[in-house]
Amino acid sequence: MSDNHDDHEHEAESYASLRTRALESLLVEKGYITTDAIDALVKTYEEDIGPMNGARVVARAWVDPGYKARLLEDGTEAIAELGFQGAEGSEIVVLENTPGVHNVVVCTLCSCYPWPVLGLPPSWYKSFAYRSRMVIEPRAVLKEFGLEVDESTELRVWDSNAEIRYMVLPERPEGAEGMTEEELSGLVTRDAMVGVARARLPEAVGR
Amino acid sequence: MNGIHDMGGMHGFGPVPREEDEPVFHAPWEGRVYAMAIAAGKKRLTEPVGLRAYIEGLDPARYLASSYYERWMGALENALIERGIATREDLDRRTAQFADNPGSQPDRREDPEEAAKVAASIYRHRSPQRETDLPQRFRPGDKVRARTINPTGHTRLPRYIRGRVGVVDRLHGVHSFDDARSQGRGHEPQHIYSVRFEACELWGDEAPESECVYIDMWDSYLDPED
Repeated sequence: MSDNHDDHEHEAESYASLRTRALESLLVEKGYITTDAIDALVKTYEEDIGPMNGARVVARAWVDPGYKARLLEDGTEAIAELGFQGAEGSEIVVLENTPGVHNVVVCTLCSCYPWPVLGLPPSWYKSFAYRSRMVIEPRAVLKEFGLEVDESTELRVWDSNAEIRYMVLPERPEGAEGMTEEELSGLVTRDAMVGVARARLPEAVGR
Repeated sequence: MNGIHDMGGMHGFGPVPREEDEPVFHAPWEGRVYAMAIAAGKKRLTEPVGLRAYIEGLDPARYLASSYYERWMGALENALIERGIATREDLDRRTAQFADNPGSQPDRREDPEEAAKVAASIYRHRSPQRETDLPQRFRPGDKVRARTINPTGHTRLPRYIRGRVGVVDRLHGVHSFDDARSQGRGHEPQHIYSVRFEACELWGDEAPESECVYIDMWDSYLDPED
């Protein structure tokens, strides 16, 4: 093996990276999977499926009371109306935050998450700290996210241990009157749809 | 199994680590592992146990020391070996080859039609609803106690819920029973309910009154409580 510039560039390659290539070369060589199928799946989750989907669902619910009622009655169906469905979303229940009830979602056993509306979960959702603590000290965890939930508000933690996936419908912020559905979707963050934050205020997007 | 993955209520993991604007995948290999695991699942290469049970079956020390996608990688490797699709020696040999040839990539094989099919399958809706002759034993408002069970295989009944009393909130219909599926016993569909447990029932009198946990319980996880 020569000790040239290229070798130096790649010397930091992790075991995980090398082992992944070993697995890929084996699965491709044996014909179980093709390289472009892997490419396509990666691209799909990097570009097409993410929290922008859920934000559209929430914005629609904020402007359309009929849609909101359908969304809370049968989340899966109502979300499919906007074209979002599929893996890790075969049954989605939408939980409405109100002044008296705050909902937040966790998966203590794994990291289950409603992929069609939120994409793949962020690192913090998969972290041991979040998974272990959210069920036993939710207010302390939410405080780390900068969210204070008043003692008089009922705090409901949803542990998505089965195949049902949960998404939070955050409260529509004050001062968002007159904003279009598309503008409203800009107020809806991933964190708000997991329940660790509120929707952004219109001022935050320059309104 | 009473594994390290069953983390609800544990102490000692510190503050929740957060990263601003994090990418979907932090390195290309994460996306490759993720995609291979999904594709392997579609090809039923991890059946009947399922990738998740292989993740839970990792050595606990390794589980804790690994990142999320490292766990997926380890689980996929173990599943393929158990199914006779791969051997450890062959994977070691390939790994060494890639290490010896920095920057080298696996040979490409393409099939655009197949790739489009795999990508499209992600968007396909598959209802989890099944049928059963078993009676629906509980209704919203019923008091129930989660059974104390300690199965050595895959289960969706976490330790912090076992033995605790809650109230049925809503019905989710009839779903496959994952414990049975991962043991190769087929779907064994059952009614499934969302059950509400008050924080003080789970964690003791010190817990705030205004907190509770909702969790999904298959019928056989529950006993009626007066």
